Amino acid sequence: MSPEIGHYALVLGLALALFQSVVPIWGSRKGDATLMATAPSVALGQFVFVTLAFAVLTHAYLVSDFSVENVYLNSHSSKPLIYKISGVWGNHEGSMLLWVVILTLFSALVALFGRNLPLSLKANVLAVQGWITVAFLVFILKTSNPFARLAPAPFEGRDLNPLLQDVGLAIHPPLLYLGYVGFSMSFAFAVAALIDGKIDAAWARWVRPWTLVAWIFLTAGISMGSYWAYYELGWGGWWFWDPVENASLMPWLAGTALLHSAIVMEKREALKVWTVLLAILTFSLSLLGTFLVRSGVLTSVHAFAVDPERGVFILAILVAFIGGSLALYAWRAPLLKQGGLFAPVSREGALVFNNLFLTASCAAVFVGTLYPLALETLTGAKISVGPPFFNWTFGPLMVPLVIAMTFGPLVAWKRGDLLAVAQRLTVALVVGIAAIAVTYAVTTGGPVLAPLFVGLAAFIIVGAMVDIAERTQLFRAPASVSFARARGLPRAAWGTAVAHAGVGVMLLGIVGETAYKQETIVQMRPGDSVQVAGYDLTLQALVPVQGPNYRDLVARLQVREGGVPVGMMEPAKRLYTARNMPTTEAALKTRGVSQLYVSPGDATADGSIAMRFFYKPMVLLIWIGTLVMMLGGLLSLSDRRLRVGAPKPSARRAAAVQAAE
Amino acid sequence: MDGSIGIWLAIAAMTCAAVFAVLIPLSRRTDTAADARDVEVYKDQLAEVDRDAAAGLIGPAEAEAARIEVSRRLIAAAERAGASGAAGEGMSRRRRIAAIAAIVVVPAIAALAYGLRGQPGYPGQPLAERQRAAPQQSDVATLIGRIEAHLATNPEDGRGWEVVAPVYLRMGRLPDAVRAYSNAMRLLGVTADRQADLAEAQTIAAGGVVSAEAKAGFERALALGPGHPKAGYFLGLASEQDGKPEEAKARWTRMIGEAPADAPWLGLLRSEIARLGGTAPAAAAPAPQATPGPAQIRAMVDGLAQRLAADGSDFDSWLRLVRSYVVLGEGDKAREAAASARRLFAAEAEKIARLDSLVNELGIGGS
Repeated sequence: MSPEIGHYALVLGLALALFQSVVPIWGSRKGDATLMATAPSVALGQFVFVTLAFAVLTHAYLVSDFSVENVYLNSHSSKPLIYKISGVWGNHEGSMLLWVVILTLFSALVALFGRNLPLSLKANVLAVQGWITVAFLVFILKTSNPFARLAPAPFEGRDLNPLLQDVGLAIHPPLLYLGYVGFSMSFAFAVAALIDGKIDAAWARWVRPWTLVAWIFLTAGISMGSYWAYYELGWGGWWFWDPVENASLMPWLAGTALLHSAIVMEKREALKVWTVLLAILTFSLSLLGTFLVRSGVLTSVHAFAVDPERGVFILAILVAFIGGSLALYAWRAPLLKQGGLFAPVSREGALVFNNLFLTASCAAVFVGTLYPLALETLTGAKISVGPPFFNWTFGPLMVPLVIAMTFGPLVAWKRGDLLAVAQRLTVALVVGIAAIAVTYAVTTGGPVLAPLFVGLAAFIIVGAMVDIAERTQLFRAPASVSFARARGLPRAAWGTAVAHAGVGVMLLGIVGETAYKQETIVQMRPGDSVQVAGYDLTLQALVPVQGPNYRDLVARLQVREGGVPVGMMEPAKRLYTARNMPTTEAALKTRGVSQLYVSPGDATADGSIAMRFFYKPMVLLIWIGTLVMMLGGLLSLSDRRLRVGAPKPSARRAAAVQAAE
Repeated sequence: MDGSIGIWLAIAAMTCAAVFAVLIPLSRRTDTAADARDVEVYKDQLAEVDRDAAAGLIGPAEAEAARIEVSRRLIAAAERAGASGAAGEGMSRRRRIAAIAAIVVVPAIAALAYGLRGQPGYPGQPLAERQRAAPQQSDVATLIGRIEAHLATNPEDGRGWEVVAPVYLRMGRLPDAVRAYSNAMRLLGVTADRQADLAEAQTIAAGGVVSAEAKAGFERALALGPGHPKAGYFLGLASEQDGKPEEAKARWTRMIGEAPADAPWLGLLRSEIARLGGTAPAAAAPAPQATPGPAQIRAMVDGLAQRLAADGSDFDSWLRLVRSYVVLGEGDKAREAAASARRLFAAEAEKIARLDSLVNELGIGGS
């Protein structure tokens, strides 16, 4: 198959996106149903063409078609199949193409499943999606064409960056992009509503599933990325406050705030203006993240200057979309009618509190990430804002947030009684204090504050259970009644409880990892042993191993617990031959939810090797916590109310057939 | 999808599909009356308030207030639904414009944007197909394929690695060549030749730079087989790259002195010494033999030729290229290079004279 087909498909996608940007919105202004009804079909067409382009590029990778420059630069004929596939998005051009594939995927999903949306809203939403698609397709075709050709075609490719040859890379970017781009839906809904000048509780309900989907994927993407950094980079950390990580954390924080403020809007029609602003800001932060990662500003402001075309282009997209939507907001938002009133102590109040702290923490991350860049651009001074800054700004904001998070779901709408809620949370409080006491008794050393955080985590988890127990009248009514009530409970209520419990689980993991980890660095020769946290590790041998496109020096370590062998650990120093690039392959051994972590240093000529050993108690809870949070999101997504307003499909289809005849 | 007809058919079919994605919904009638979807949402919300009140999630007074709130939204939505649907005028005109946009503008934009960068006449070049297509290459390809399959199942067969290594080197699969040489050496034992071959492959893979690793390899080779010519040559090159051309010259001069008079690499060493601005010892200078030089000379000479093709202003490089071709036994190419140089420097009599004397010295005159 010729790569040219992919190129042409991409160009057709652009032509259709242009049509979609103009005609449906024109129809909506004129009240012309026929023009509005072109949007879904055109959106589907776009998705098909852009996906075809992606498929053609993937095919070129699979057959090692080095006449495509992108394949030549990022693939190698002897690379394992999975990395040939993941290599498609392991580079700038391919990953931007994936970005647009996902963008059109979301448009297509609205076209297919947005039957419950009013025609005009749907047309406007798809038109706004069309604008974003046009901007990014022009960007790709102009500055980052993945179908650029090489003649004559070289016989061998240059191989993918070894750090990226990992299963983590195969999954992480698509998930992250599904999250980033998913928030374009909230953005499109917000802008469409501003154009229409009509925004109400129904709008909040329609936008909710899309926000939830984006949030779930973004959570998954960040979590995967963190785990990938943990085991692949070999530094033993799971979060570095690295600008690239922050770039994904900011939309997550704003998106989480959006998710919660939309609840208030849906139930009470309050916080309208704020919710629309959050929707715009969340996607703006997603765009900013794309800009930071893709323009090269992060490696250095100078890298940006070396190849300014891409950076300036994304910056222009950024300015146009953020500036344009904020201008539209400034113009239209005053027209929006305010909704219901509520007392400060109420469910609404709790959610406002949540929004306040989430946006404040997002602002802290924003400043910490962008201030050094701005300073370097303006004055040329290079400073680095490290983890201490984030720990001292982000951390203190999170503590009141998670405490309030436990209270929130128990407070009544409109006007609540904090004292009554506190009484109902007595059990959680008792468990929390017990957890603190036990932690003090059991552990030696570690920071003084750590047991308090263990208690907080226990409080959060039990508090989430209390919420469900209260709603089902567990232990107060007969078991059968509680069971029936549990089944009758809206899925969204389950979702809240599960997601909040997930935060507690994650907090537990974070405390365990940061406060109680043990670490030692040893220079070892074969036969040497080292003791870490009750485990004996013996270096049996250093063995060279030949892989498909790399050479390994594997350190074989026998692990014993109390003298009993519990398995082997085989970390390695790896050299990728095509790029002559060394990497460190850390070895992990899971014991319950804790892990042993071994990262090898360089072997010296005298046959010894430096090894770094960690024992990380409860570290897996960090990622298990995020999984629990995602499960909560999924439960909430399955709530029946999100499907309300969808006309019976069978009746509609019959009508459509009649109309066509 | 081979040939240029195939690609044009595909482009035409795709364009049609895109146009129809627009035309089909335009041709359908859509009613606006079904636009009362928010009514459904509010009805459901009323029911939800009742559920929440029953579960004690909202106080009775608040529930009543909420019910009134939602009912107000419900009435407003129902009124809006009744009011819409009065937008008839100008519809057929708008529809015509949209249809024209679909039929004309969409293909025009596509053609324009594709025309900027597209190369419809350039088919894909999948690696497997290319290896099948070129006949003399396919022999090598099948041969390599067979050896590779064999080595995949018997990775401990040192002979196989030894056979395939120079082939890799010639094909430019440099990392594979390094791997094959190092495997051969690991499995068959270390000899001066294997050590030198490995280091040579490492050097070529590094773009002609003798790395510390390769240098150590050549030194080991020289220790195993004193006077090993390849190791000696490259160690000289390493000295030169370290910024010690005198050391390189000294080493090469010593090698020429100790070499048998008919050693095939004497020519190379002489031209290298000359390149560094020295004179080779006037030992019995035999005519350079017409044996193909080792791969590293090949690579360097090709590099030089490419450089000169791009920028031919360096006269001395031309002389070096002519000499190198003679060393490689490629008289025709040497004559070609001499002719190119003659054309480029025709105006400079002094240079032409130097060129002529070189041509005479090498015995490739008569053109």
